[in-house]
Amino acid sequence: MSSRSPAAAAPLAAPSVSRRRPLGRRLRRAAAPYALLLPAAAVIAAVLGYPLYYLVRLSFQHYGLFQLVRHKGESIGTANYAEIFHDSLFWHVVLRTIAFTFACVSLTIVLGTLVALLLTKVGPFIRLLLTAGLIFVWATPVVVAVDIWQWMVDYEFGVANWTLTALHLGDFNHHDWFANPWSGWAVIVSLIVWGAIPFVTITLYAGLTQVSRDLTEAAAIDGAGPWRSFRDITLPLLKPIYVILISLSIIWDFQVFNQVWIIRNGSPSTDYYLMSIYAYVESFKISEYGLGSAIALVMVAIMLLISFVYIRQMVRIGDAE
Amino acid sequence: MSSPLAGAPLAGVPARARRRRGGRRGRLGWNALGLAVFALIIFPVYWMIATAFKRGSDIFADTPVWFPIHPTLSNFTDAIHRPHFWADVKNSLIIVGCVVALSLVLAFLAALALAKFRFYGRKAFIVLIIGVQMIPLNALIIPIYLVLAKANQVDKLSGVIITYLTFVLPFTVWTLRGFMIGVPRELEEAAQVDGSTRFGAFVRVLLPLIGPGLVATSIFAFIQAWNEFIMAYVLLHSPEKQTLTVWLASFTTNRGTAWGPLMAGATLTALPVVIFFVAIQRKIAFGLTAGAVRG
Repeated sequence: MSSRSPAAAAPLAAPSVSRRRPLGRRLRRAAAPYALLLPAAAVIAAVLGYPLYYLVRLSFQHYGLFQLVRHKGESIGTANYAEIFHDSLFWHVVLRTIAFTFACVSLTIVLGTLVALLLTKVGPFIRLLLTAGLIFVWATPVVVAVDIWQWMVDYEFGVANWTLTALHLGDFNHHDWFANPWSGWAVIVSLIVWGAIPFVTITLYAGLTQVSRDLTEAAAIDGAGPWRSFRDITLPLLKPIYVILISLSIIWDFQVFNQVWIIRNGSPSTDYYLMSIYAYVESFKISEYGLGSAIALVMVAIMLLISFVYIRQMVRIGDAE
Repeated sequence: MSSPLAGAPLAGVPARARRRRGGRRGRLGWNALGLAVFALIIFPVYWMIATAFKRGSDIFADTPVWFPIHPTLSNFTDAIHRPHFWADVKNSLIIVGCVVALSLVLAFLAALALAKFRFYGRKAFIVLIIGVQMIPLNALIIPIYLVLAKANQVDKLSGVIITYLTFVLPFTVWTLRGFMIGVPRELEEAAQVDGSTRFGAFVRVLLPLIGPGLVATSIFAFIQAWNEFIMAYVLLHSPEKQTLTVWLASFTTNRGTAWGPLMAGATLTALPVVIFFVAIQRKIAFGLTAGAVRG
């Protein structure tokens, strides 16, 4: 980037000074932004650009234990891709990752919206309390959150089993939540949604307070019920916020790894594979780094497709500033 | 919210009065619901802290003991006396300190260019900065591990520090740029008219104004690096070289977890993050553009 003609650069401050400056000085100012960017750009190229390039190369290589010792892969063309595309487990995992992302994102957005609306209805004290609670949850590190949830659903002394039994919702004594993948995933989704609600709620609440009360009150006088006034006034006004929240949530939930990995004690069964986990297991447990890279690259490709909407929105915001 | 009675059209008064009365009872209902939601949301955090302070017999009771009636610190002493706790705290601090310092310096210069200059390629760089944050780290861990293995940087803190720059640096550039844009140009220009150079104007005017932004950004970066798990988990093998999150995850190896000390350890791990987070949360909540802070 820095090699492009610096003459094209127009420093913003130029209009404030009317007399022409010497050429050398103008050139120096034109070069300044490139000089400032260079160190960060170089580091990003080294720590992100190179690994990304290497990931692409690895996905076309056979890279097992032998190659690991020699630090050199063996080129095998598209064989890795042929293998994963013919692997029924791979397609299962792709579909499961998509379904999982959909469940997490929709639950997060719906519940986050409901709590944000609740925040506009409660009194100042409860609002403060609720906001403080949300912030504590938001601040909780993921690894810590996973440990807490693991403890709450512990089969022997977990508070979840006791409460559900006490509420006569069935006999949950010594119930192992992870024996059945459906209930296991229910725990994992709850844990992720719980951790994600605060960001969504607090952002939406900030947006809701910007929606003029005159508008909703006028709608109420015109006979609109709360649902109509939400759908026809609030929702369109908050659409830009929703676009960002939904895209960010998709991006985050699509690449979930830690929650599943830690809650399954570092050895999930294939029922608990997401794409990130599958790629990890192929690489670091089975030492098929080439295959793992191919899976990871498919994941990156899907992610970049999804992120396109988000990036466009962010660039638009960046331009508006 | 105080309903603005003043200025209400006359015909509207009865309706309003009715709504207010209904509103009072309604408010009570909403408040009760709000309290219930609060209890539900905060419960896991409460349960961690409560368990951390409970005696063993209260933790492993057939009926849950809802409140630590016999509070004890023994879980905490047990946790911090476990092997490698202090070494891992030290490692976490070294890694986080280096990552924050490095990215802050690099990001500061880059953000300055992005926020205060218009130049060819600026937009492309912004797209790049946002785009690279979308690349899943779990995907990059494979090539990063192999490259670091070749360079003999596996099981070394320096390798982890380099690795952490992959996610902390782009994020820091983006956030700092947001804070710098907030500084009005007029202030800088005024200083320049007063005869100082661009650099002089920058040091005397811009730097003090973005001070709070710098602090907030370093705290964001701190939290991200402190919470990171998978990179450290893959790259650091020796127990005395791991970070606190890896130490915490290794608590739960198999059945029969020591839940008391684990919850105490979890509380200690979360504590610095929570303190910092609460201190700067206003900046996070309203800086939508800086929204990428979620562990």
